[in-house]
Amino acid sequence: MEDMKSIYLTLVLAPLLGSIIAGLFRNQVGKAGAHWVTIIGVGISFLLSAYVFWQHVMNGAPVFNENLYTWMVVDGLEMHVGFLVDNLTAMMITVVTFVSLMVHIYTIGYMAHEDGYQRFFSYISLFTFSMLMLVMSNNFLQLFFGWEAVGLVSYLLIGFYFKKETAIFANMKAFLVNRVGDFGFILGIAAVAMYFNSLDYAQVFGAAPDKAGETISIWGDSQWSLMTVICILLFIGAMGKSAQMPLHVWLPDSMEGPTPISALIHAATMVTAGIFMVARMSPLFELSETALSFVLIIGATTAFFMGLIGIVQNDIKRVVAYSTLSQLGYMVAALGASAYAAGLFHLMTHAFFKALLFLAAGSVIIGMHHDQDIRNMGGLRKYMKITWITALLGSLALIGFPGFSGFFSKDAIIEAVGYSQIAGSSYAHWLLVAGVFVTALYSFRMYFLVFHGKGPRDDHAKEHLKESPAVVTVPLILLAIPSVFVGWFAIEPMLFGDFFKGVLHVASAHDTLGEIGKTYTDQIGFISHGVMMLPFWLAMAGLAVAWYVYLMKPSIAQSVRSRFDWLYKLLDRKYGFDEFNQAVFAGGSLFAGKFLWNIGDKTVIDGIAVNGSARSVGVLAQVVRWVQSGYLYHYAIAMILGLLGLLFWFVVR
Amino acid sequence: MISLSEYLILGALLFVISVAGIFINRKNLIVLLMCVELMLLAVNINFVAFSHFLGDINGQVFVFFILTVAAAEAAIGLAILIVLFRNRSTIDVDDLDTLKG
Amino acid sequence: MSFEKFLFYLFAAILVGSALMVITRRNPVHSALFLVLAFFNMAAIWLLAEAEFLAIVLVLVYVGAVMVLFLFVIMMLDIDLATVRAGFIKNLPVGIVVAVLMLVEMVLVLGPKHFGLGKYAAPEAAPADYNNTAELGISLFTQHLYALEIAAVILLVAMIAAISLTLRKRPDSKRQNVTHQHMVKKKDRLKIIKMPAEEKG
Repeated sequence: MEDMKSIYLTLVLAPLLGSIIAGLFRNQVGKAGAHWVTIIGVGISFLLSAYVFWQHVMNGAPVFNENLYTWMVVDGLEMHVGFLVDNLTAMMITVVTFVSLMVHIYTIGYMAHEDGYQRFFSYISLFTFSMLMLVMSNNFLQLFFGWEAVGLVSYLLIGFYFKKETAIFANMKAFLVNRVGDFGFILGIAAVAMYFNSLDYAQVFGAAPDKAGETISIWGDSQWSLMTVICILLFIGAMGKSAQMPLHVWLPDSMEGPTPISALIHAATMVTAGIFMVARMSPLFELSETALSFVLIIGATTAFFMGLIGIVQNDIKRVVAYSTLSQLGYMVAALGASAYAAGLFHLMTHAFFKALLFLAAGSVIIGMHHDQDIRNMGGLRKYMKITWITALLGSLALIGFPGFSGFFSKDAIIEAVGYSQIAGSSYAHWLLVAGVFVTALYSFRMYFLVFHGKGPRDDHAKEHLKESPAVVTVPLILLAIPSVFVGWFAIEPMLFGDFFKGVLHVASAHDTLGEIGKTYTDQIGFISHGVMMLPFWLAMAGLAVAWYVYLMKPSIAQSVRSRFDWLYKLLDRKYGFDEFNQAVFAGGSLFAGKFLWNIGDKTVIDGIAVNGSARSVGVLAQVVRWVQSGYLYHYAIAMILGLLGLLFWFVVR
Repeated sequence: MISLSEYLILGALLFVISVAGIFINRKNLIVLLMCVELMLLAVNINFVAFSHFLGDINGQVFVFFILTVAAAEAAIGLAILIVLFRNRSTIDVDDLDTLKG
Repeated sequence: MSFEKFLFYLFAAILVGSALMVITRRNPVHSALFLVLAFFNMAAIWLLAEAEFLAIVLVLVYVGAVMVLFLFVIMMLDIDLATVRAGFIKNLPVGIVVAVLMLVEMVLVLGPKHFGLGKYAAPEAAPADYNNTAELGISLFTQHLYALEIAAVILLVAMIAAISLTLRKRPDSKRQNVTHQHMVKKKDRLKIIKMPAEEKG
């Protein structure tokens, strides 16, 4: 046990150490030193994670749940720093450190000619540390620490090019939108602390069933189910971090950051923190069907409508970003249908293929000399063979081509939602099924426009197009392997086996995965079953439509666009969320600020309190000055008149 | 017999006469000082009368002290008047507005 | 009307009349002299109220010292009567109105209704061997000793203040300053000048 504890500590602290060295001693270590020290730090983490994964998953090591350090004790509420390591944690840390390591290596190539090289490495290592703290936490407070820390690093990295106006706007937006989510999240944590008087997972989950029927009144006499309130508040945090509607607006803009970041933080790991958190809280969510319905509807809505936007985007990274939003929606919908294992399974497969797609997009961007418009690309397969193949594999995984990892996870989600009985499940099911078509359409639209068709529009670009260096392609290949195969190997233990036994709690009434499990035989059976179902044919249809419309007859795209101009405009403006936020929230804040500035500050404080008191002293002094004429008889007369008045008062009274 | 009321009304009369004096002689510092003396006298008669009617000697002791202070006041007041006149060659109150705010 | 009451009204009438004169006379010397008269009548009224010591003190201190001081000052200063009297008529109505108002109010309070003989009976006349001065002395030097000493200090301070206020240095006086004479140095007085010896013509 003791040696495991030191392993966990090393695993978490190695990236932090790398980050500190690369960040604070950047001039001493230089460029090469910075990437070596952080890669070694994250590499150690990855190897230890693999070992932990081996110990827990293969050798069945006992769950580790221990407090390492007591931060403070306030009125019986204990705040610890501690680790909870079970199969879920083991899976998460392995995915996080693997993708992080790939991104570290890739960054050497991507950032080679950029300023702030050391700073970048310092940030991503710091991110790895924060994410590990988040997933390994055994209490709500440390979870919140990790939550905020990854948010901070995300903010720093979106604004990495801090001289670029759009980047500054984007990171401010990400920060503010996340504040909204985090506000809900911390309210949820506060509610937990208030009603359970503990922040420890084990204690809270243990006490939760007793409180299932409890109601609280938030305002007035209205009675709210305690569990529903807590779960929805916590889920609002997840909505911010995992970019669910309507708090999704920051994620597309976060593409202002460097591409490796988009891959690591805004696709593979940080944005899945919300999924992880809800899965971790499954004992709480299972107690509130209302909260589950809420989660399901939000997730399904995000999955379908964000995918639609992806069809009309022209920036290669934004297409992938909307795809990420859509896939996150799938995961959240899985959570809502109590198919936590399916959500986590999709989280894992998505981490691999989405990181792959982003890194491939980054590789294309390197080749195109930082031109990100897919309309200017085309025919790149002739120039960038490895990128082409890996991107194809990633896209197939994304649309759920049978046998690829995405197929298993996405099909499981759709099936699970189909079996779900809670309110809103049929709405969600149809959206998710339709989303499959959309996914295939935007994925392959991008793929065809980039890699097929006539060569790049720009002749200058054509001359310089060449495959990216090995530090870029090696991570692509390494990520392509799990993108293709991980689903095949993981579906059985993760979805239907004992992988998450004791970690996820599913009430028997909600056990949608169990329903699937009844008919499950093996991978081949799952595939042959899936091929008969509607989603597969929709995916194929999407692929075919993309091929026909964008490769064979581009004129169709034009005519459809002009025919459905209103729809195109709606999608191009992303349903007007940005305009709405800008007008209502930003405008409202601005108005409130101006109002307070003009009325509160300038009139009340400056005008009345500060200048007003000065002015009243001035007026008073004027009066006193007038009274103090200096003439003796004035004073005498004043005295006499005063005497007269007093006397009058005395007599009349 | 003389009643207490008669003494007091006499005092009041003297008092209002000196008040009127202050009003109408407001430019003449010397007469103003004399009016103050007269006013003190009006107060003193009240003390004497009450002392007589209540059979309490303390009233007269108080008058004694008032006389003392009035003498001191007169002495200093006149001294100031002299200095003032020496410096400004007038005792016109209208000219004495150095304290004006 | 008893003789005593007759005397009271007589003195009171003269007192009020002279007080009116004090405030209305054009010449301050006249005012001062009428004030003297007022003091005398007041002393007489105090005698009626059996305050013999205070009556004689009033005459001695006020008439003998204070009023003489007033007269000194009035005669010493060269007062321009015209400017001093300006505004007399203008201020008269206001003064009268204020004075009458005040008098009416005070009479309302002090009238026979509250302070008449019915409320405060006239005291018995003091016995023949009653000594007002001795009684006052006993009270002053026992019960009010501290106050008496403070009064003495106030008088002393007033005296010093009056002297220091009016004392002035005359620049043309030829007094000796002994300290300066002692502190004289040679170089202040003696100047040695180098000059060429005179050539013989």
